[in-house]
Amino acid sequence: MLEVHKDNFEAEVLQAEGLVVVDYWGPKCEKCLALIPDYERLAAAYGDKAKFCKLDTSGNRRLAISQKVLGLPVFAFYRGGEKIAELGPSEASAESIEAKLKELI
Amino acid sequence: MADIYDIIIVGGGPGGLSAAIYGSRAKLRTLVIEKGKTGGQAATTWDMENYPGFFAAGEGSTGLTEVTGPGLMEAFTSHAEHFGAQFVRNEVVSIDAAAKTVTGKDGTVYHGRSIILSPGAVPRTLGVKGERALRGKGVSYCATCDADFFSELDIIVVGNGDAAIEEANYLTKFAESVTIIVIHDEGTLDAAPMLQERAYKNPKINFVWNSTIEEIKGDGIVESVVLKNIKTNELTEMETNGVFIYVGTIPQTSFLGDQVELDARGYIETDNCMETSAEGVFAVGDARVTPLRQVITAAADGAVAAVAAEKYLIEEEGFRDTVLMETRPVAVLFWTPMSQKCLAMMPMMEAAVQAFGDSVKLWKLDTYRNQRVAKRYGVSANPTLLVFHNGEMVQLLSEDEITAESITAAIGNLLN
Repeated sequence: MLEVHKDNFEAEVLQAEGLVVVDYWGPKCEKCLALIPDYERLAAAYGDKAKFCKLDTSGNRRLAISQKVLGLPVFAFYRGGEKIAELGPSEASAESIEAKLKELI
Repeated sequence: MADIYDIIIVGGGPGGLSAAIYGSRAKLRTLVIEKGKTGGQAATTWDMENYPGFFAAGEGSTGLTEVTGPGLMEAFTSHAEHFGAQFVRNEVVSIDAAAKTVTGKDGTVYHGRSIILSPGAVPRTLGVKGERALRGKGVSYCATCDADFFSELDIIVVGNGDAAIEEANYLTKFAESVTIIVIHDEGTLDAAPMLQERAYKNPKINFVWNSTIEEIKGDGIVESVVLKNIKTNELTEMETNGVFIYVGTIPQTSFLGDQVELDARGYIETDNCMETSAEGVFAVGDARVTPLRQVITAAADGAVAAVAAEKYLIEEEGFRDTVLMETRPVAVLFWTPMSQKCLAMMPMMEAAVQAFGDSVKLWKLDTYRNQRVAKRYGVSANPTLLVFHNGEMVQLLSEDEITAESITAAIGNLLN
């Protein structure tokens, strides 16, 4: 899966065509790690309808804060350079991500 | 018929994982059902410095193995897997204590012979304005998860128990300043003295006393909090970048319904063998009524529960299959090899029963190894002879009443 970071975020997420999903995660966040297999499964299932990216916040703190992400995990949905939806630590689950994908695709 | 597990463990925190280690090591078919990643709350605490034999990573203590909360929980998990425990990812939505079944969110029903509940607890929320909307936007309940974001920023910690003070100390490794909001009078913290001392000495930690949070404010991310002085009712606004909330936990026991007894706050009641109000259903860890909630106490609970479950399986199922399901009359002889009287009376008792040949079954039980059954049927001294027929106890002969004649009469009545 595409890893986005401070050097390619603009091009790969904000300038990208269509729906882009970004998984903001961190190596110390157990809930993030637990959700990775689900996210990868969803990426395989919906890969032709949206672009799926991962962002390791541990090396991209300023970028994450600029996107108003200050807690993990966060699954953010972008279109046309704008964040159009977001699932934060209390909402993020395999079911809620899939439901949001279906809604936005 | 689906697989039947000897022990189904609901929840993969330190209590459930320890039960899995003890259960699988005893060659019991053991299944752990966990909705996320194993480790429970312990996996969200980076600094783990009171699990015996280990020390917090980076503290540089000699002779001790360095460990973190997530690291220790990975070791627990590997240990359970090593002995053959099986793991499945699912969220348990209900249990049937009598049938020993557990139902997952996806509708899967798991069949067991005993159940160990290890559902744990989750952080309690403050319930103030802005808290929910700003979660993940500066409001956090997990310093380990989110501390990185707050490097060189100013944050507050709400609460003053062990978790609050411990995590405040941890957060000073990242944040520029940590202000702890304490509801008590100046100088009063609920945390352990050693943690208090460390916090008072930490130059990055400040305290606001006699205060609670009234509101968390911010446009998209946390910008300030409104503090309320509970003595004067005065409200003041304080700028901050983050709010870490440690005001206790709530047990995750609502899925249990009325299957096992809970206390008024929702914690599971158990006896000292970890057994709940339902036979063969045990509970361990933070969701249990217990005076201390630590990794080591959860682990100890798990060991006790797994051994108790094993005894339950042997004793209850052995008794059921051998005595209660038997169609012939059964003479159950409670005895103990430590009693001279039992040893002296044994030949007479055996002969009296065996005189009936194959029409009667003789079953000898060591009272001390079968205390559950002994207690249920009112066996208080050794020897005691119980006569069962069709699953019911029909006669109890106490030690004074046992003679060859009384045994012959009791069994003879049933056969006629």
